[in-house]
Amino acid sequence: MALSGRSMRENTRHVPETIERLLDSTLDSVDRAEELASGAAGRAGFDDDDLMRIGMAVREAMVNAVAHGNRYNANKKVRFSLSHSPERFTIVIGDEGEGFDFDSLPDPLAPENLLRTSGRGIFLIRSFMDDVQIRRLDSGGTEVTLVKNVESK
Amino acid sequence: MSVKLSTRQVGNVSVIDVAGRITLGEGSSALRETLRDMVAKNQTKILLNLADVTYIDSSGIGELVSGYTTVTNTGGSLKLLNLNKRVKDLLQITKLYTVFEVHEDEAAAIRSYA
Repeated sequence: MALSGRSMRENTRHVPETIERLLDSTLDSVDRAEELASGAAGRAGFDDDDLMRIGMAVREAMVNAVAHGNRYNANKKVRFSLSHSPERFTIVIGDEGEGFDFDSLPDPLAPENLLRTSGRGIFLIRSFMDDVQIRRLDSGGTEVTLVKNVESK
Repeated sequence: MSVKLSTRQVGNVSVIDVAGRITLGEGSSALRETLRDMVAKNQTKILLNLADVTYIDSSGIGELVSGYTTVTNTGGSLKLLNLNKRVKDLLQITKLYTVFEVHEDEAAAIRSYA
């Protein structure tokens, strides 16, 4: 074998990868996006714990886009794009919904909110990724950018 | 890939063995319906065995909280058994680990309802 397991891993980690998909507003798309992200993160050399974190952050962002943004509307799409550079692994998820004020979300860790049955998605996304940007698109809709630093592994 | 729920009775405690993924859609609604059926039958000493749960998302966490509140409000008790590391980590970062009574040994968990 020309390359040891470790050097192959190092090698594959630096192969840039880009994935672009236009997804329907369905729960199947949530699964699909999670699989795409976990697969690419695995090829990028992230360990199992980071694969879970990235997959889960993508899942939560996709649920927000499909359910809360596009409200399962068959005429609305979710734009999923993933790119991987030597420094960072980035996923961008954009919906065509009405958008909402992410800054006004209640703190899910506040004692009075602990027993709420929802409202933890964005918190989990922020917990699992190194950088999260959420912005309202000029065209309407919301775009979430999720970044995992390769160096932080 | 989805969730599998099986229920068994140990003394006066209803044990639900959960396997697979508790996520938005089929997984979380199956858990909700099972808990709702138990409460309707007055089975309110419930132990959720999460040993074979591979994944919980925020919707699944919401179902655990909802189940906890429903069962507690009827005077019953919903406790958790056999959390794997990922589920435990998730409950810790969401500060729910201290809300739920969590057990690692089934016999001890069953005795705790006495």
